[in-house]
Amino acid sequence: MTTTDSPQEPAPQAISPQRSSLDDGKILWLIPEAWRLNLTSAPWVRRIIKSPFFNFAPTLLNLWIFVIIIIGAFVAPQIGNANLGIMFVWILWWVLLMMVMVPFLGRIWCQSCPLPSLGEWMQRKSIVGRTPDKEFLGLKKRWPKALSNMWLVNFIFLGLALFSGILTTRPWATGLLFLSIIVVDLIVAYVFRLRAFCLYLCPVGGFLGLFSNFATVEVRSKDKDICARHVPKECVVGSSTGYGCPWMQLPFSQTRNTYCGMCFECLRSCSYDNMMVQLRPPGTDLLVDEHRGLDEAYKGLIMLSCAILYSVVMMGPWGFIKDGANVLTWKAWAVYAGAFLLWALLVFPGIFWLVSAISRVLSKKAGEAQAPLKRFFVAYSYTLVPLGMMAWIAFSFGILLPNGSYVLSVISDPWNQGWNLFGTAGFAWQPFLTGLTPYLQILVMLGALLFSINIATKIAGQLFPSDSRRAVHSLIPVILFHMTAVAALLALFVG
Amino acid sequence: MRKWLAAGVTVLLAAAFLLHLLFLSHPAPVTRGITLTARKFAYEPNIISVNKGDRLRITLTPEDVEHGFFLDGYNIESHARPGRVSTVDFEAGISGKFPFRCSVTCGAFHPYMMGWLKVGPNYPFIVSIWMVALLGWLTLAYALHRGGMLR
Repeated sequence: MTTTDSPQEPAPQAISPQRSSLDDGKILWLIPEAWRLNLTSAPWVRRIIKSPFFNFAPTLLNLWIFVIIIIGAFVAPQIGNANLGIMFVWILWWVLLMMVMVPFLGRIWCQSCPLPSLGEWMQRKSIVGRTPDKEFLGLKKRWPKALSNMWLVNFIFLGLALFSGILTTRPWATGLLFLSIIVVDLIVAYVFRLRAFCLYLCPVGGFLGLFSNFATVEVRSKDKDICARHVPKECVVGSSTGYGCPWMQLPFSQTRNTYCGMCFECLRSCSYDNMMVQLRPPGTDLLVDEHRGLDEAYKGLIMLSCAILYSVVMMGPWGFIKDGANVLTWKAWAVYAGAFLLWALLVFPGIFWLVSAISRVLSKKAGEAQAPLKRFFVAYSYTLVPLGMMAWIAFSFGILLPNGSYVLSVISDPWNQGWNLFGTAGFAWQPFLTGLTPYLQILVMLGALLFSINIATKIAGQLFPSDSRRAVHSLIPVILFHMTAVAALLALFVG
Repeated sequence: MRKWLAAGVTVLLAAAFLLHLLFLSHPAPVTRGITLTARKFAYEPNIISVNKGDRLRITLTPEDVEHGFFLDGYNIESHARPGRVSTVDFEAGISGKFPFRCSVTCGAFHPYMMGWLKVGPNYPFIVSIWMVALLGWLTLAYALHRGGMLR
């Protein structure tokens, strides 16, 4: 993984120019990978997206909601399913994030997330729009290069995941989490440049970034030649009409969504109007054979292993596991946390390492050098993105349909004070279409299998572009792994 | 030759799938009485396995605070306070796995308090597992075909 904050030459082609015969050039064997639709070709769409209020308005709305959530976390009775914070964050927001925002719109949440906005406003000494002559506030230090990857967010995410039983059921815990994020972000924003917190510390940012590679939209430059001639790169350094990329990326040469915060600042700053938002087939960034890294591989493994674990803990019938997650005693939690970490950091990655090793052995050809095991492990780990994301979507059905009706009552009485603001406070708990849940989960998981095998086939072709026989041999254990993983998830959901 | 072999494997898999469905056992329905104790935040027994057509009488017995019983898919609800019981009678007429969950806010972890009712034969699960096998094989066969290995 490379994240730079100074201009450099555009990266090579996104998709390997030497295409294996294994790869038919289509996503899901149907949609051409190269298909794109410029969503910003219509002048009125461009005008809306380029307006600074396009980010500011939803951020302000979210900030208002989050203030209510944070206050409610401490003043309201500690009953999770009667608290706006718990219901909005862990039912509505989480489900919207996993089912709608990430698969279709990438990191769109990041552009209107209110938590780091305070730090960004502080740095800019401005809340909305660009004031070019203002110096950024703070020490403006560069984030350490050794930490410019996903490792920290991997560990922060896992650390919080150990307490997810508390975080998702106790309003005070959710409120404390948000306050901590705001305080840490303000400190980081003062010391370091731009959105260092979102890039390298946000517990949600890591998986949003990785899963955004699956998303059906992208921000890219229109004409690479214009960008090549354009000095200085306004999308990087900013102009009188917009800031330089707050995510420290090089928008003019962007080939993946991972670290694109979808703030559209590059559309505002480019005086050539050479940036655009495109619709594209899902998953195309997973095929970009550069910037791949072990940190992202582990992120993919952690997300899939956590989807399996949460399905066991939260959807399973085993009381002793729930006692651990709910910290009934610290001893019970310690056993739970130990097993959680062992599974997510060693056992599950170990199984995938073994699969990669078998793949490497099967595709070995006498007399020819074989790529290192790490190359197989990392490359094939991107096949886990559609599987992991869809496992979370399937899991989310089990959260949304039984518990969604709580949201109706809490919007009328967010702090459980006996209010009835919108007349829905008396709405009784009513599971919604829970009988359909298993069928939805089956459909999603079968879709996940097809997507992940399709991506795996293309990655096998990248590993052996001129030898399809070796590519197929390396593919076999990966397909078996995906079949087993999907079967295991189906066993948990419907078995 | 290999092309025919691949076609044969496909036919065999499809045939095995159909035969599996055809020869699933369907035991004669019986009446079952189940005492379901409930405590924060688990049921005992936590997994109830029955056969399609069985008549069930589930007696909910809370041990600590008021708990409920809502059965997904069947939309049956009941609740009781500690020291009292409530009973639901129904026929397990739909096969599959159905979570049952607490329907009375009983504490912080209440939303995750659940158990499973498994009504066999579990057709949705069986069919989905066979679909995994078939889709896995077909995608591999397509890769073999694209790689020129089925000539």
